[in-house]
Amino acid sequence: MNVILETVLRLAGWLLIAPLLPGIINKVKAWVAGRRGPPVLQLYYDLARLWRKGVVLSTLASPGFIAGPAIAWVAVLCAAQLLPLGPAGAALSFRGDVLLLIYLLATARFCTAWAALETGSAFEGMGTAREVSYAVLAEAAMITAVLSLSVHTGSVTLVTMLAPAAGAGAVLLGAGLFVVLLAENCRVPFDDPNTHLELTMIHEVMVLDHSGPPFAAILHGASMKLLLFALLLTEAVLPVGELSPVAAAGALAGGVLAVTVGVGLVESLLARFAFRRVPLLLTMAFLLCLFALLVAWKGGEA
Amino acid sequence: MKELLLIVVPFVGAALAAAWPNQRSRPWLLPIVGLVHAVLSLWLLLAPPPVKPGAWLAFDPLARAVLPAVSLLFLTCAIYAVSYLQLRTERPNRVFVALMLMVLGLLSAGHQARHLGLLWITTEAVTLAAVPLLHFNGTPRAFEATWKYLLVGGTGVALSLFGSFCLGYASLHGGGNGDLTFTTLTSQGAGLSRPWVLSAWVMILVGYGTKMGLAPVHTWKPDAYGEAPAIVGAILAGGVTTVAFTAILRVRAVVHAAGSGAIADRTLIVIGLFSMIVAALFLLGTRDFKRMLAYSSVEHMGILVIGAGFGGAGIWASLFHVWSNSLTKGALFLSAGNIRRAAGARTMDEVGGMSALTPISAGIFVAGLFAVTACPPFGPFFSELSLVRSGIASDHPWAVGVFLACLLFAFFGLTRLVFAIVDGRPRTASRTTGKRFPETFGVIAPALILMALSVWVGIGTPAVLRDAWSAAVVQLTPTP
Amino acid sequence: MNNTLNLLIGLAMGLNLMALGSGRLPSVIRTVAIQGMVLGVMPLLIEEHIQWLALAIAVGTVAVKGFVIPQLLQRAMRAANIDREIEPFIGFIPSLLLGAGGTIGAVAVARVLPLLPEHAGSLLVPGALASVLTGFVMLIGRTKAISQVCGYLILENGIYLFGLLLLKATPLLVDAGILLDLTVGVFVIGIIVDRIQRAFDSLDTRKLTILRE
Repeated sequence: MNVILETVLRLAGWLLIAPLLPGIINKVKAWVAGRRGPPVLQLYYDLARLWRKGVVLSTLASPGFIAGPAIAWVAVLCAAQLLPLGPAGAALSFRGDVLLLIYLLATARFCTAWAALETGSAFEGMGTAREVSYAVLAEAAMITAVLSLSVHTGSVTLVTMLAPAAGAGAVLLGAGLFVVLLAENCRVPFDDPNTHLELTMIHEVMVLDHSGPPFAAILHGASMKLLLFALLLTEAVLPVGELSPVAAAGALAGGVLAVTVGVGLVESLLARFAFRRVPLLLTMAFLLCLFALLVAWKGGEA
Repeated sequence: MKELLLIVVPFVGAALAAAWPNQRSRPWLLPIVGLVHAVLSLWLLLAPPPVKPGAWLAFDPLARAVLPAVSLLFLTCAIYAVSYLQLRTERPNRVFVALMLMVLGLLSAGHQARHLGLLWITTEAVTLAAVPLLHFNGTPRAFEATWKYLLVGGTGVALSLFGSFCLGYASLHGGGNGDLTFTTLTSQGAGLSRPWVLSAWVMILVGYGTKMGLAPVHTWKPDAYGEAPAIVGAILAGGVTTVAFTAILRVRAVVHAAGSGAIADRTLIVIGLFSMIVAALFLLGTRDFKRMLAYSSVEHMGILVIGAGFGGAGIWASLFHVWSNSLTKGALFLSAGNIRRAAGARTMDEVGGMSALTPISAGIFVAGLFAVTACPPFGPFFSELSLVRSGIASDHPWAVGVFLACLLFAFFGLTRLVFAIVDGRPRTASRTTGKRFPETFGVIAPALILMALSVWVGIGTPAVLRDAWSAAVVQLTPTP
Repeated sequence: MNNTLNLLIGLAMGLNLMALGSGRLPSVIRTVAIQGMVLGVMPLLIEEHIQWLALAIAVGTVAVKGFVIPQLLQRAMRAANIDREIEPFIGFIPSLLLGAGGTIGAVAVARVLPLLPEHAGSLLVPGALASVLTGFVMLIGRTKAISQVCGYLILENGIYLFGLLLLKATPLLVDAGILLDLTVGVFVIGIIVDRIQRAFDSLDTRKLTILRE
């Protein structure tokens, strides 16, 4: 009984808290720019509105057009259940679950891309191509970061990997993961979530033809992914697993808030990079994670 | 005391030149200082002073074996410079004269440096002091050459500093107290840490090899020699490269004392042969007779390090070759300068028939060609002969075989170019420039003197020189 | 003491990669200047008691590497009025990867070389090797004269790092001589850069191609 209750609580928590993050980011951006900005709960209103709306389907689209966002949403939610929440642990944990996490995230991206291609529009194909080509580089950095954590702790289980602090390479790892977070969630300087210029959009292009509940699933899935990465970054850097429950909850909330505000500040202060500069930034993220790996390795020997 | 004067006198001369008000009379400082320097160095050659073991600067046997050759070369170049600068009155010569003298002082210091750090400082300073000399002509091509010289030479000098630090650390690791004089390093012998000594050797060989102009780090040389005035080329080829060579010799002795001598000698022979092969190939292809001199210089630097690699009698032959090469190269550079001015061009496509326009310079040039390709009775023949004999005696038949083959190809390349320039009918463009720059006594005599010295050092090698070289070999062969 | 030093060296190694990755000349110059200052502080960390000798070296290095040389380069850049975007021979990502590979290789090589007990665990040797390699990549991979000079400076910084191993053993005279030579060297380079600019109306070293076989 307890298990069921706990799972339900976890799911509810993920589902309900996630849409708060984009709201905070937008508030920070508005605050830096000196505007009042949309309310923090704006995404909730949007989701409710989208849920009530109907769906417009292209005559070319196969059922994949609907299935894609749905599968992606489920995949992200499952991935979220693998992530431990401080001393509370994960809903599901086994040896090697970190690989499943990476694969679930990749599945989610694949399904979004698949759904985008289903429209048969060259424009969305272009967006997909861009998204996927960035993902290749971001994934390399992500995997290196995970490797460095695993070398540092000598484990491939997320619960034990994320429990202690990242050690000497924490700064490198934190910086690398932050860049990966920006790239994976299509934030500035990789992509501008507010843009509506055809030539500069990436993620927005892919989801342009979606409407109604599927679009709500995409938006909600994106916000959960952001929360997931923010939590991952916080837990990788801070020794959350070794704190008392109250302190851990505070640390998690504080960490996620700090990351969110950081994203907002980056978006306010930086302009989106030119396409040719993006691979350079991702390479830097990869190198940061690589050096974190080296430090973990060397530190383990000494 | 006299050995310090060798350094101080040129520096005083440089300061004087910088302050000298008269453009026309200033060049006379060059031969005056050169004469004092030559007298001092020859005096020291005949009556070598005692060497204090811990001294940083001393006229030790190696300096005694090499420095007088540089001094003689400088003196003749200085005589040439007076006439040369009179022909080039349109360019201000204050910086040129002052820096020439400074280069002489730094060369004297570099040859006498018995301290790793001091040796590096003088080499770096010579590199920098030579920069304004290289772009004396002020043409875009000269700046291009200077830039390449600075970039390649600067990197090389930086690497040799790195190598010096490695050697210093080898000494510290072996329990040394940080005294970086070569005497101390050698006496530490096998106590030096082997991995550090080997890293140091590689970097010092590449670093000072860049200054010498060994392939594959010779790339600055053709550009610099091609664009610099003839005297600067001669001093670079006969003096600056010699400092780098003595540096390599001194470090080689330390590496030998540390017990890694076999590796050091093998690398020297390989890099030397590679330089000769590269030089021979480029000599077969080049059409520019000043760049030809640079490739010939690369070849002779290769010969010097091969001799060092043979060890013992090979080092003796190398020191002999330093003399014969410096003097012969000097004659070639000076006569090439005369031809270049009179012809107004530098490639065999634009120059021909110079035996009609500048008969004496062309004659010296041809004689220099035979000298530099090791034909008797000139100095290089005898020095290279003793080098071949030492190579066979030290059981390096393959190296000697490749060496002789390279000499042959270099001979083909050089004769092809030299006779294309000297023979035939003068070009119309050259007839007018030839009148503007006639052969005067001042530009002919120095080249003739150098040619005569080259013959003399070959046929009538004085006993005192042979003794000096032998003493240097003893100094460079550490007793285990 | 050693940990702070290692942190600074790690910072210098990171700056190497930044210099390789940045696409604008002013930011490369700034990176090199910061690296010079980071290096300048190090002698103070190595000596247990702060002596006037270490202090003099530190002050001199920070002043020369952190202020004088960058100022010179910036002036040359402004005077030459050149395009501030760097167009590399070797692209940014390949040169970054080369630099990172060099850094890893430097760490690997440095383990082979024996160190004195008081230097054990220090990053001086890998840091030095990595900077020298980075310098080489920049010397070879950049087309503008000023970015090549920056590469040369990074190479020199690497050698300086290595020289810190010998700080206690070598007398001040040698250090002073080396620093002086470097300064003069960069001055001379600055002047030549100026002349090249006037002669070729550009600082693109790809234009220096008259002299070749």
